[in-house]
Amino acid sequence: MTDVGRHPRIKLYVLSEVKEVKGSVGDFKVKILKKARYVDEKACTACGDCAAVCPVVRPDAFNCGLSSRKAIYSPFPQAVPSAYVINVSECLGHNPAVCAKCIEACKKGCISFHMSDEEITENVGTIVVATGMTPYDPTEMDEYGYTRFENVLTSLEFERLVNAGGPTKGEVIRPTDRKKPKSIGFIQCVGSRSAGKGSAHCSNVCCMNTIKSTLVLKEHYPDMDVKVFYIDIRAFGKGFEDLYTRSRRLGVHYLRGLPGTVEENPDGSLRVAVENTALGKIAFFDLDMLVLAVGVQPSGSTRMLQEMLGLQLTPDGFFLEAHPKLQPVDAATRGVFYAGCAEGPKDIKESVTQASAAAARAIRLMHTGEISTDPITSEINADKCKSCGKCAEVCPYNAITVDVKKKTPAMVNTAACAGCGTCAAECAFDAILMNHFTDRQILDQVDALLMEKPEEKILAFACNWCSYAGADYAGVSRCQYPPNVRLIRTMCSGRVDEKFIWDGFLKGAPVILVSGCHIGDCHYIDANKWTVKRVEKIHKKMAKLGIRPERLQLEWISAAEGIRFSSVMHALEALRKGVTAEETAETIRILQKSADQKEGSLSG
Amino acid sequence: MEKLDNPTAQPRIGVYVCNCGANIAKTVDCEKVAAMAAAMADVQIARSIPYACSEPGQQSIREDILDQSLDRVVVASCSPRLHEPTFRQMVQDAGLNPYILEMANLREHCSWVHMGLPEAATEKAMDLTRMAISRARSLQALKPEKLPLVKRTLVIGAGVAGIQAALDLADNGYDVVLVEKKPSIGGVMATLDKTFPTMDCSI
Repeated sequence: MTDVGRHPRIKLYVLSEVKEVKGSVGDFKVKILKKARYVDEKACTACGDCAAVCPVVRPDAFNCGLSSRKAIYSPFPQAVPSAYVINVSECLGHNPAVCAKCIEACKKGCISFHMSDEEITENVGTIVVATGMTPYDPTEMDEYGYTRFENVLTSLEFERLVNAGGPTKGEVIRPTDRKKPKSIGFIQCVGSRSAGKGSAHCSNVCCMNTIKSTLVLKEHYPDMDVKVFYIDIRAFGKGFEDLYTRSRRLGVHYLRGLPGTVEENPDGSLRVAVENTALGKIAFFDLDMLVLAVGVQPSGSTRMLQEMLGLQLTPDGFFLEAHPKLQPVDAATRGVFYAGCAEGPKDIKESVTQASAAAARAIRLMHTGEISTDPITSEINADKCKSCGKCAEVCPYNAITVDVKKKTPAMVNTAACAGCGTCAAECAFDAILMNHFTDRQILDQVDALLMEKPEEKILAFACNWCSYAGADYAGVSRCQYPPNVRLIRTMCSGRVDEKFIWDGFLKGAPVILVSGCHIGDCHYIDANKWTVKRVEKIHKKMAKLGIRPERLQLEWISAAEGIRFSSVMHALEALRKGVTAEETAETIRILQKSADQKEGSLSG
Repeated sequence: MEKLDNPTAQPRIGVYVCNCGANIAKTVDCEKVAAMAAAMADVQIARSIPYACSEPGQQSIREDILDQSLDRVVVASCSPRLHEPTFRQMVQDAGLNPYILEMANLREHCSWVHMGLPEAATEKAMDLTRMAISRARSLQALKPEKLPLVKRTLVIGAGVAGIQAALDLADNGYDVVLVEKKPSIGGVMATLDKTFPTMDCSI
């Protein structure tokens, strides 16, 4: 940890949060909010004179509230930076009439109440997301009595209790009477592998963490009665089985079954009722203390970062990697990598391994000092451009400039263009060519799939990042669905031009789907909001023309929603079955007539 | 080596239907799909191939590109999200522009999701391949631009993973901006006592 503080190449911002990320791989502009510390980070020597005089006493969050600290404090003895910090919402202030004791006590004059929050902009080429995890809060699992009974602790509170640097200097005592417990029970899978409260996933670290704790206890207190209530013990890693065997050999009692209820006895001990599933018998135990092995949940900042960087999440809320086997540390967004629990529950060794991998992947991208951009960008046909400005309005990247007053044709900044194709879909004059996803290329696909037996087929547009990936996930998970669906991939659902839809119906498609990332998850900032507007517009036109609007569906399917993809396909098939041959024939007649009457007006 | 001129008006397409061992071929009749493709306009050669992504598979496609003067390639195999980079590299090695490659997804979107329905799956595979060939006809050569890159990394979070990533990058000579919400680095790891499997202190 101290290496980080000293490293000449590492610029460390603590008490700081990333507020905004603009740009793309190779050139991200990052806004960081650095909150005021009110203590000069460099000058403070952590002598502690300030805290000694501070009159405000508060629970110490680092010790899970098992001890107290002052309003001016050091986070913990080995903290980096080691400087003290003021929690300004607790502090009485710098008015000498009220307090200001710390300012007087600090001989070096490190404390200043005139510091304010700063906004800093940094320019970087790559980003590593290492936002970690949040431990599960077991309060909602009322059967275990956490917060109702003082002697029921979480595994993290227990860590502080056995830590030599903790509030008891490593002495294990019961919170109620401060006596050494004679017996301790550990309950596994609290908030993990649960269909109800908590999460369905295995939190990966809790089995081994409990085994470690039992070894620490047996080392200090060989006579202590230690019990572990579990579903399965997952000691799968290198050296893990040895630790498990050692724990059993030292007399730790492993009992297969999770307690149903916990009651408090008058002396503060806890009565645990549990079905021993190995024996099929109900058993009751009186234990002095209980430790809940709480699960690993996604960090609170996950959602915000996901939106900021256009990332995807798995159903349990962790970040989704670009490929589970071949790109396990890459995000689908180029130049973004994952390290540690942000991507899923991990122990320290795995976190370190993944962090080194993420660093190596970032270096692999940066080492030449230049980056080749994807040529999937849009191009303006200046002859056709009417300088209406629509393309510039819809571009999520402000990559298009057009002077509406002077009527100069639009220009695309290809370095800023990310290739969503929304401009091409919105251009009413066919003046924009979307490279690699041209009108012709997509219309040729539509025609090819509706060439034979169109009445039996479902035409589905899917965006590359979410819905197409969701269909891939359905494949990997072997989710079966009706075989008459044909997907056409576009980079973004924003690319799906109105004319593709009319062409599909004109060629006899009974049902058409447009699918993309959920609102807020769009890979192109918010290009999919234009998809919504466009589909609404087409729905209105369909109703006016006498075509059932239900035949055009819009669905959001994420990369992790394989099951949802499959169920959407089932629903589409049910919808298709309700479309008769007469209905599609009538649609074709309506569209042909409409096209004859005012040529090209439908795509306008 | 790489041709940037756009492919000729009369395309010369090669189509490769990957069996993916049994992953595709168990459900989809790959020979039938290849025969359908071979009969399509502009298709010079179409054949089924055991593993398109394997070195012998890629080598045989590269040879076809040179022998038959192909200017566009369709690989009907797995998801382009998996192997598009592989096959783009392959056509580039044979002197073509990487963007004249098109893929049809016969595995994730077909054989794996219609396992009990070989006939319907084969029909779908034919449609998907036909769609890919239609699209391939009008694919254009594209050239990536080279842009300067900022050799600097933002690491968000300074727990054990963030610390390790920052140190590895910095030790390799890259500047790092490390951002942590709390007043100290260390994260959850710093709150732990002993850690498995070594049973030593966390900090």
